[in-house]
Amino acid sequence: MAAERLTGYRRADGRVGIRNHVVVLPVDDLSNAAAEGIARLVPGVLALPHAYGRLQFGADLELTFSTLIGTGTNPNVAAVVVVGIEPAWTARIADAIEASGKPVARLSIERHGDFATIAEGARQAARMLQDASAIERVEVRREEVMVSIKCGESDTTSGLGSCPTTSVLVDRHVDGGGTVLFGETSELTGGEHIIAERCVDEHVRKRFTDFYDSYIAMIERTGANLLGSQPTEGNIRGGLSTIEEKAMGNIAKTGTVPVVDALEPAERPTRAGLNFMDTSCAAAEAITLMAAAGAVIHIFPTGQGNVIGNPIEPVIKLPANPVTAATMSEHIDLDVSAILTGEMTLAAAGDLLDDLVERTICGRLTAAEVLGHREYVLTKLYQSA
Amino acid sequence: MSEATEGSGGGLAVLVHNEGDDVGVAITDLMPGDVVAGWLDSGRRQTIVVSEVIPLGHKVSLVDLAEGADVNEYTVRIAVTRAPIARGHHVHTHNVRSARWQQSA
Repeated sequence: MAAERLTGYRRADGRVGIRNHVVVLPVDDLSNAAAEGIARLVPGVLALPHAYGRLQFGADLELTFSTLIGTGTNPNVAAVVVVGIEPAWTARIADAIEASGKPVARLSIERHGDFATIAEGARQAARMLQDASAIERVEVRREEVMVSIKCGESDTTSGLGSCPTTSVLVDRHVDGGGTVLFGETSELTGGEHIIAERCVDEHVRKRFTDFYDSYIAMIERTGANLLGSQPTEGNIRGGLSTIEEKAMGNIAKTGTVPVVDALEPAERPTRAGLNFMDTSCAAAEAITLMAAAGAVIHIFPTGQGNVIGNPIEPVIKLPANPVTAATMSEHIDLDVSAILTGEMTLAAAGDLLDDLVERTICGRLTAAEVLGHREYVLTKLYQSA
Repeated sequence: MSEATEGSGGGLAVLVHNEGDDVGVAITDLMPGDVVAGWLDSGRRQTIVVSEVIPLGHKVSLVDLAEGADVNEYTVRIAVTRAPIARGHHVHTHNVRSARWQQSA
């Protein structure tokens, strides 16, 4: 069933992408209008408006920078127009993306205004789009394609069907020498000892437990009742009763391979294999961080039907809940609900997912791409100054 | 005993992750009566009695649980009970809570 020949885009830094976007990247919220203006004049480019970038400081600012830079350097992106309100932070983002070897244009709005910025940005974006369209797909190896996994609006069918199917793919991809990212720090609660035991050495285990303890301490400091948030109301409607039960379903998608590293949010992995990344469990935040770390294809098991997409990283969605598959079919890439009734084996579901991943690598659009789901959300660590 | 409710295939209406778990998951909407449960790790099947309506995806107790007892699924504690739960009853947020995030009361 697998494609005989996988194709993708090999970028100047050697990394492999499966899409070929020209991105217009605002450095800050003030630059969204100009970025979207450029994309209106050159409809084939992708503007990525977001809510932040002003008066952030410390670790929170660094995370915004690393997320924006990681988005621009992601191998699914061919070229980038960076737009910021002033030149200094704009240059910081543009320089870092340019260092990866891809074409970058930089524009700042102060002393020019939106009109001149949009006109110049559109001129540069148009040329980049034409150049990108001439880049040919080349043969790539499966292990060069970085995969990320995260589930959403989970229910008990996630732990029974869609997450175990994903688990089959994770083991196969890692056994073949590939890299997989997983995260969702708070959603390991009740099973965090299982992930800690799977860490390859004491150093990675300490990094993981430090991330976990710090995230949980942040949650507990609020003193809030999380029922309805984690688990979500959708999780509860689907039959999940507690964070611990949700966590066990979450962990069921991570395969059986060791955890080779524990990464900061948006940090690029350096070790092949299964990498943990410290992330929120909110789908758009987590996938934005994973794409910023370089993941180019995302596997998203869902129970009740989360409709998430990402602008630069294709998201493959698979439910095992027959009601979700029947009522939300336009969002579904692979229905594995037959696992529940015993009409489909886990191995067969894994084969179907594997085949779908390879076709998606080669250019088949996911449901989320076709529907225009482009949720791009920066993770905010604390208030701005 | 009445006819057991069957799922849409394989005759199963409830799936249990592991032997020793206290709960199983309804894979179809359950009405009170006999249903067939299947254990995913051992392959064992057994008829159980369901005492109330349990929606698809929600849990049924396989044992009698006292108030404050641990509830095990996937071989790990996933909750503690808020009240006694008799076997065959619906197990959810109304009668269990997180053992870890005590604020989730």
